[in-house]
Amino acid sequence: MKLLIKGGRVVDPVNGISRAADVLVAEGKISAVDKNIAADGAEVIEAAGRLVVPGFIDMHVHLREPGFEAKETIATGTRAAARGGFSGVACMPNTNPVIDNHALVEFIKSRAAAEGAVNVFPIGAITKGSKGEELAEIGDMKLAGAVAISDDGRPLMNAQVMRLAMEYARMFGLPVISHCEDLNLVADGVMHEGYYSTVYGLKGITRLAEEAMAARDIMLAELTGAWLHVAHISTAGSVELVRMAKKKGIRVTAEATPHHFSLTEEVVGSYDTATKVNPPLRSADDVRAVKEGLRDGTIDVIATDHAPHTVEEKDVEYNYAPFGIVGLETAVGLAFGELVRPGLLSPEELVMKMSVNPARILGLEGKGHLGVGADADITVIDPELKEIVDVNRFASRAKNSPFNGWELTGLPVVTIVGGQIVMQNRQIVV
Amino acid sequence: MGLNRKDLLGIKDLSVGEIQLILETAEPMKDIIRRQIKKVPTLRGKAVINLFYEPSTRTRTSFELAGKYMSADTINISTSASSVVKGETLRDTGKTLEVMGADVVIIRHSASGAPHILAKHLSASVINAGDGFHEHPTQALLDMFTIREKKGRLEGLKVAIVGDIMFSRVARSNIWGLTKMGAEVRVIAPATLLPPDIEKLGVKAYTSIEEGLCDVDVVMVLRMQLERQQKGLFPTIREYSRLYGVTAERVRLARPDALVMHPGPMNRGIEIAPDVADGVQAVINEQVTNGVAVRMALLYLLTGGGNPHEAVN
Repeated sequence: MKLLIKGGRVVDPVNGISRAADVLVAEGKISAVDKNIAADGAEVIEAAGRLVVPGFIDMHVHLREPGFEAKETIATGTRAAARGGFSGVACMPNTNPVIDNHALVEFIKSRAAAEGAVNVFPIGAITKGSKGEELAEIGDMKLAGAVAISDDGRPLMNAQVMRLAMEYARMFGLPVISHCEDLNLVADGVMHEGYYSTVYGLKGITRLAEEAMAARDIMLAELTGAWLHVAHISTAGSVELVRMAKKKGIRVTAEATPHHFSLTEEVVGSYDTATKVNPPLRSADDVRAVKEGLRDGTIDVIATDHAPHTVEEKDVEYNYAPFGIVGLETAVGLAFGELVRPGLLSPEELVMKMSVNPARILGLEGKGHLGVGADADITVIDPELKEIVDVNRFASRAKNSPFNGWELTGLPVVTIVGGQIVMQNRQIVV
Repeated sequence: MGLNRKDLLGIKDLSVGEIQLILETAEPMKDIIRRQIKKVPTLRGKAVINLFYEPSTRTRTSFELAGKYMSADTINISTSASSVVKGETLRDTGKTLEVMGADVVIIRHSASGAPHILAKHLSASVINAGDGFHEHPTQALLDMFTIREKKGRLEGLKVAIVGDIMFSRVARSNIWGLTKMGAEVRVIAPATLLPPDIEKLGVKAYTSIEEGLCDVDVVMVLRMQLERQQKGLFPTIREYSRLYGVTAERVRLARPDALVMHPGPMNRGIEIAPDVADGVQAVINEQVTNGVAVRMALLYLLTGGGNPHEAVN
């Protein structure tokens, strides 16, 4: 089975390519990138006017399986990924049970192999049960295929445990993904603290809840030499902390979500719980700082923190709704609308942040580029295609998106995983 | 002309004209309350439902009487349980009431924004009777009515709001209303009970009650929720009372003819000294009476009424 993607603009920063070319795929690998490749029996995908890029990888996704299948499953979450142009996702371990040992990492991999539409890279827990007390079997999880460790959503309040985790994870070359949040400073807050929390009468979450923890973890990364990856960075102060840490040569990377560069806290005034997310939507100044961090390279990755919840869980008063919004199916359109078209990121830089850097951080061999012999994970994007976001058309089981009704321009039209087309013309085909 | 809106969710959304209309309409309503036979047929055949998720005596009774004086059928639903605990969503509860024929649903809820959820899903009118620490619009309207009645105006007056500003919906609604009407508003609280960026709402914040009360025309005292101390927001009730209690001595810092107001229920001896609460400058009982009048006006205006003289005759 061969595939020929014809006439698109290939954007492959790792191999220094950004020009019109055809891409030939054979047996799940890239077999040629050149001008005017003959079809020679291959299935042809016309890509004139489109971008042909190494498959996007979302390194921060909640697939909810096992334990919370009413919110999402590996089957539905990976279909949402395919529809969003992602050929791979890294899934967070805060399931039930928490993914904190070899067998559970194996479980995710086997479920993904059986039901997944895209590649699934499991992230293991830092501590047993993500309780923040004892280290999980990090080495054994690495052997099972865990690509990183994180107690996402359950920040490690004990600095000594975090220090030990970093020292330990460093031996295995695993990045430690930190959901930076000081729970005491959060103090039951539900939105960003400031003028709007005062006006809306909702408890605020100070920027410092994130920044104090980011500062601590950066200092621990300096102390231990571990690789710290700061998840869903949302404030101007944290962006500056990461910028300074990188200048000092500390091993730190960071990601930002599309909602944190597309929305401000002001939208919470609708009391629509699809705007309730952690970290909260921040001020216009913070949004500007996140965009600047993406532009100047301080922020390495765009990741969605796709956090599905059921309609029943979200259709309640603002205070009672769980935090989290889905992101897989709107990420590319938002990145084009907020970053690429305004000129903050070139298409090459976008590919760095959505494919090359996630692959590098997670140590994914054969991913993140389109060199001959690389895995045939490919995303084709139509930068002019418009679509009105309709949550009822999501492949995700969940509908909790604040972007429902938005018109997005610049959308994935083909997703290929290991040489197999999984999405074409906005339709899932697996 | 009636109010050209389905719901009253907050003072922030009201125009000066709308506030004036409500206050003016409340005047003839107050006459009804003073009558021997307190009943007009204005809202005959209308169903008004009090949906209270938080305990309340004053506001609920006030709305109920307001409806009854105007011949509406009023029903009270009190539940201490939130929709989450109860297992039925707020939307479903609201929809149930609507299909039974409710014309107006009055909601009190501990979660900010709950009335907005209801308003979005119902074609019946929704009145916010207090949501979380977001807004309590009818309280602000009755406060403005009371001040205007006593002082003849709102514009140019200095009003100090003292107490737990952080968690007070009364404070927020009064800030919006009074500043719209041209009053100068000050808020006085310990730093831990001043909300972030409060001065961006157009008020001046004080942590010293002595400075804050200086020369004001109105002292509005807020109820201190005793649970705030348990959350560590100030050391002890005793210290709060000592630093921020409104005593006769402190009232003397205000203008000699200053009004003293309290939305109730009062913690006598904590946020307000008993002699101040019962003193000649206090208008706390008038506030309660005016609350009924203002709520009558609102029910009338939201159900399509326009000319207040029609309502009383």
